[in-house]
Amino acid sequence: MARMKFLCDAERCIECNGCVTACKNEHEVPWGVNRRRVVTLDDGVPGEKSVSVACMHCTDAPCAAVCPVDCFYTTDDGIVLHDKDLCIGCGYCFYACPFGAPQFPQQEAFGVRGKMDKCTFCAGGPEDNSSAAELEKYGRNRVAEGKLPLCAEMCSTKALLAGDGDMVADIYRERITKRGGRPETWGWETAYKGDA
Amino acid sequence: MREQKTSKQRGRRKAILVTVAVSLMVSMALPLTGYIAHETGLIHTAQAQESDEEAVNPRAEYWRAVRGGTEGYSAVSGQETGVLIQNGGQNWRAVRNGPVSFYGGSLIIAVLLVLAAKHIVRGRDKLESRTGRTITRWSAFERVMHWYVAISFIILAITGLSLIFGRAVLIPIMGKEGFAAWAALAKPVHDYLALPFAAGLTLLMLMWIGKNVPKSYDFQWLKSLGGAIGEGHPPAGFFNAGEKVFYWLIFVGGVAMTLSGVYLLFPNLETVRESMQFWHIVHSSSGLFLIAVALGHIYLGSIGTEGVLEGMVSGEIDEGFARQHHSLWYEEVKGGAAPAAEGEAAQGTSSAATT
Repeated sequence: MARMKFLCDAERCIECNGCVTACKNEHEVPWGVNRRRVVTLDDGVPGEKSVSVACMHCTDAPCAAVCPVDCFYTTDDGIVLHDKDLCIGCGYCFYACPFGAPQFPQQEAFGVRGKMDKCTFCAGGPEDNSSAAELEKYGRNRVAEGKLPLCAEMCSTKALLAGDGDMVADIYRERITKRGGRPETWGWETAYKGDA
Repeated sequence: MREQKTSKQRGRRKAILVTVAVSLMVSMALPLTGYIAHETGLIHTAQAQESDEEAVNPRAEYWRAVRGGTEGYSAVSGQETGVLIQNGGQNWRAVRNGPVSFYGGSLIIAVLLVLAAKHIVRGRDKLESRTGRTITRWSAFERVMHWYVAISFIILAITGLSLIFGRAVLIPIMGKEGFAAWAALAKPVHDYLALPFAAGLTLLMLMWIGKNVPKSYDFQWLKSLGGAIGEGHPPAGFFNAGEKVFYWLIFVGGVAMTLSGVYLLFPNLETVRESMQFWHIVHSSSGLFLIAVALGHIYLGSIGTEGVLEGMVSGEIDEGFARQHHSLWYEEVKGGAAPAAEGEAAQGTSSAATT
């Protein structure tokens, strides 16, 4: 089975926020909930870099480790999903997550947060695939339709890659070797005749 | 001749050995001179200058800063959206799932075992004489406050324990759905009951602080563990030293638990994750500590000590109980002249004289 991964190429991301918009539109997430966001570092300074970040679907997911009701599960594709019927909105996943992925529809006095929402890698939730209940709670299930996450599909510069980790890594490795306008693998053209 | 030769040979061999040793030492020491010279500041090599100016690859430094939680800009509004990576979460996870759960849980189990062992081995602390006459110990207001705080504490303890240990203990019994239904009730109960409980606890603590100031005779009480070691009962005021210890443990634990709880209760006040992680650790550890303390208090205040619970229920305690556990207070109430000041009361008077 594939192990799904996200990868954002900081050399390519132009901070257009297309991924954020695509995600919000695809899943009809409520106001204030952002499953994906673009962070720009050294904004306005030479060398600024932008990275699009959402749930990274960690292997040993901290959210799952601290959840008091154990509502997280990992699919065969390595996608970390959660069951909103079990979630009690305690916010522990939000404390634990390194990427700030868990989102809450409310944030009120007496710890009222509502049920947690986060990126599903466009793979829905525990409800039946592409059912109305799944759409309502978790958004579209593109993976069940054989498609990849919309954020990456819509990325104008293909900075954001999503899919099988090995394939994503291959694409990125190929980019690295050609970065700067010419091959950076000195001697390979001559030695391996473009076999690289 | 022969001797001369051998001494000559010996001399030569010695010279060879010395030469080898010296050259070995020099060859080992020579490469160090650069290091020594650099360390002592005698010379600045080109390498040293380079490493001073460009200590690290600037790009590595850039991503290191991101890893360290340096905030950037994000068009997505909200708290800490500019932070790409926050490291505190992993530490919080390790501490919560590790030491807090392990030592907190162990402490509670240990207290239960010690109390059970005490009860089996020594039984309850018997009332030595029941006179049938009673003294008013607790006012109606004190009793109402006590039971109000006690009941709300028990509810908070059960709901709080569910959040930290429910996954390990209750999910195997109730199943995920069953436990989630309970947790979905436990969480808001815990959150809404917190402030009314904190108010009650604060009032109770302030009400009794004067009577819990440590006195010199309390030391005597503690040394004999309230009469468990040695003969007779040590002197004690309105609160004996054991109760005072409980009071101050609850005071310290209560302050930590209340303050941390208040912080966690208001995510709408732009509280950041780093502080929430810190206060959550304070809250869970002080909560578990207070539960352990409360178990001791509940045992000693009910089945552990004969004649004590009736005081907190009716407000009245038997004179025999007062004399046995609170001799100085008993003397004070009776104005020094106890009606049954025979042999058994002598203990109280003699200890009263010592203060």
